[in-house]
Amino acid sequence: MQLTLWTYEGPPHVGAMRIATAMRGLHYVLHAPQGDTYADLLFTMIERRDRRPPVTYTTFQARDLGSDTAELFKNAAREAYARFKPEALLVGASCTAELIQDDPGGLARALELPVPVVAVELPAYQKKENWGAAETFYQLVRAFAGRAAPVAREAEAPKRANILGPAALGFRHRDDLREVSDLLARLGVEINVIAPLGASPADLARLPQADFNVVLYPEIAGTAAAWLERKFGQKSTRTVPIGVGATREFLAEVAALAGIDAPPAMEEASRLPWYSRSVDANYLTGKRVFIFGDATHALAAARVASRELGFEVVGLGTYSREFARDIRAAAAALGIEALICDDYLEVEAAIAAAQPELVLGTQMERHTAKKLGIPCAVISSPVHVQDFPARRSPQMGFEGANVLFDSWVAPLMMGLEEHLLGMFREDFEFHADAAPSHLGAAAAPETAPAPAPVLAVAAGGAQGVTWAPDAERELRKIPFFVRGKARRNTESFAAEKGVVTITVDTLYDAKAHYAS
Amino acid sequence: MSAAAATVRPEAPGGCGAAPVQQERGQREVFCGLTGIVWLHRKIQDAFFLVVGSRTCAHLIQSAAGVMIFAEPRFATAILEERDLAGLADANEELDRAVERLIERRPEIKLLFLVGSCPSEVIKLDLSRAAGRLSKKLMPRVRVLSYSGSGIETTFTQGEDACLAALVPELPAAPADAAPNLLIAGALAEPVEDQFARLFAAMGLGPVSFFPPRRAADLPAVGPTTRVLLAQPFLAETARLLEARGATVLTAPFPLGAEGTSLWLRAAADAWGIPAPRFAAATALPEQRARQAIAKSGASLAGKSIFFFPDSQLEIPLARFAARECGMRLTEVGTPYLHRAHLAQELALLPEARLVEGQDVDKQLDRCRETRPDLTVCGLGLANPLEAEGMATKWSIELLFTPIQGFDQAADLAALFARPLARRARLEV
Repeated sequence: MQLTLWTYEGPPHVGAMRIATAMRGLHYVLHAPQGDTYADLLFTMIERRDRRPPVTYTTFQARDLGSDTAELFKNAAREAYARFKPEALLVGASCTAELIQDDPGGLARALELPVPVVAVELPAYQKKENWGAAETFYQLVRAFAGRAAPVAREAEAPKRANILGPAALGFRHRDDLREVSDLLARLGVEINVIAPLGASPADLARLPQADFNVVLYPEIAGTAAAWLERKFGQKSTRTVPIGVGATREFLAEVAALAGIDAPPAMEEASRLPWYSRSVDANYLTGKRVFIFGDATHALAAARVASRELGFEVVGLGTYSREFARDIRAAAAALGIEALICDDYLEVEAAIAAAQPELVLGTQMERHTAKKLGIPCAVISSPVHVQDFPARRSPQMGFEGANVLFDSWVAPLMMGLEEHLLGMFREDFEFHADAAPSHLGAAAAPETAPAPAPVLAVAAGGAQGVTWAPDAERELRKIPFFVRGKARRNTESFAAEKGVVTITVDTLYDAKAHYAS
Repeated sequence: MSAAAATVRPEAPGGCGAAPVQQERGQREVFCGLTGIVWLHRKIQDAFFLVVGSRTCAHLIQSAAGVMIFAEPRFATAILEERDLAGLADANEELDRAVERLIERRPEIKLLFLVGSCPSEVIKLDLSRAAGRLSKKLMPRVRVLSYSGSGIETTFTQGEDACLAALVPELPAAPADAAPNLLIAGALAEPVEDQFARLFAAMGLGPVSFFPPRRAADLPAVGPTTRVLLAQPFLAETARLLEARGATVLTAPFPLGAEGTSLWLRAAADAWGIPAPRFAAATALPEQRARQAIAKSGASLAGKSIFFFPDSQLEIPLARFAARECGMRLTEVGTPYLHRAHLAQELALLPEARLVEGQDVDKQLDRCRETRPDLTVCGLGLANPLEAEGMATKWSIELLFTPIQGFDQAADLAALFARPLARRARLEV
């Protein structure tokens, strides 16, 4: 029994949903109780998707447990097929349904629907979200590509690659995909299939027609890519093109796989190397940085931070236990010990102990850093609505490296400003009660001791208005970020009405008056 | 004006008092009762909620609540793992250890709820026994109670009902000859509680206590002279148990809107025999203020149609408010459950609408698209997809997290409905 307040990864069936939601023509029938439908909001709210995930939940209840939950599943699968007419059905169970052992795969196949049924078994009490995504993608690839025979290719044909890994709810997957697609196009590599994002089951069946695979996110596509290599001899890229150096290596790797002798120069869009060498960046030298995230992004961040921005990496860790070995090797090369852990409190303690000047982490580390007063940039899932910016903001490729430079350096600038603010906080001219300087001395607040505790003097500048103690107390119950407005409104309302002492009723009269 | 406040309005023409309710079964798109922890832990400020469940439970709470805003939230999940499923004896030992670690870390906790989940119910992990065992060990420092927030037994707000029901047996007994006392049941925001307390005091009605209390040590007494006024419509089990303790549950509409609040206060005033002028003297001004404010903030709602997906069981009182005080046209009003006795007066006031209990979300979406309401009240999973189809929506969860009860919040409630429409009117893109 693991005691946790917050988790980096959801359960494995959420991983399966990320694959199903990314694809077209696939519908996921999930044996699960009603509360599990919360997962829809991850996609509709965090990612702002404009349609519901293609998931039907059986939403069984306690009273169904005594009767026939299997029948409930069959009805749900039958109705989901009839309504959504998918090319294929994905079926499985969430944690609770796993316990009642209804065998969704067998039940769905017994319906003899006119479309293929792919069953995924995702052990919810052992595994987590990324594993669930990888396993689901692998099972789908196996099911649809498994029957294909390798295609004989003409020697002169342009080389073709699949792009594997981008999924729903991924950290900048949408923008990375566009960046990498552009890089491949400029190399003259044709894209065969992109999966799972935007792929249909029929597209998965065409995967074997490519010459090699570009794996963007090993957490999601690693298992499927390994199988494609074993089954069809398709090689995969190993380098994830995050950062200038990794992008160069990635291009060299793709060129080698595609048999391209002299890849064109394409670094004209790359500003990171010059920005990093410009004198203004001098102050970045040796900045202590703590890195935590999924394995792909943590590894890439360690490399970019140490070799491209001149930071000192003082902490490196991941919650992706499946990739612990890679992280340990990278940490060892940097002369530090890796943190392999999914307890955010332990990560917080490690950050506090390392005393970094910058944290590169997940949304959780952003909160931790805020608490510790350390600047932070988010580099990895789990995602937040902020991680789906309206603008294009890739992590991969040369433009991605530019984005890394901006987004990692900006909080440091802010950090410097905050430092100055902190330093001068108690300055005689610069404090919370100081009036703006352009208002001059006339606007300075009363320095005489207030005639409290009987009545508090209006702070908002309204003449001759005072607050009754109970009204003042009531005002304090209003959240601080709107309290100032409430105070100002109430005082101008009171002044307008000729009210001398603001009572609780005046407060609410004013609230009603300004209601809109 | 004061006369209006003191008169129970006649049943609405074509009201839903005896209206047929369409029953629906199918996929439900609702939260489970664990979600209630999000507001309950803010309400009882020295209570801790320990969910005994799966990674899904932990993920649900953090996703529904945006939990990261609390550095040390007073809730956590004890995640069941493979070896906990293998033997229940071990699971109990593990649970005891987890609780001990927790209490050690959080000495300020006075009340600990073990909250059952779908997996803990299915493997029949007996949390009430565990709570008894742990209570024996930890009392008087920490009282340990249990309830189920599982999705196979509870829908969203039923979690609060289950939590309060678990607290009822702990309430001290009021002697049979105690003075009549009023118990307000159901979590309310503190400013709302304070407003109600002032109104009751102004009409000379008391003593009044609120349940749940802000601190675990302040559990109100209950006995044969206790009158209960439900502040929330979803407290079926809590009300039943309070009645079993000898209390009388007053029936009233719920305190949403000027009308609902006035009738709700009136139910208590009547039970106390408060004369009409005294009631009017205490309530007429705030009621008038509420009506004026609603007239402003809800002005854009008149004549607009509204469609409710089932979610919190607040739907019927909300629909009554939207129709009678904002002039909205009801289309469908869905509710996960309908407690006919507690909602009798609400139903009597409710103008004609298609009432649906339960859910089949795909069929309901079909009906919603066919109806094309001006405003749809629905959960977070449905809101953006409906917006993308051109329909204005109001997320229902905000109606739970925002103080909407009482006179001085009535206009805020109208504003919650009006804002999505106002926003659409502004946008030119």
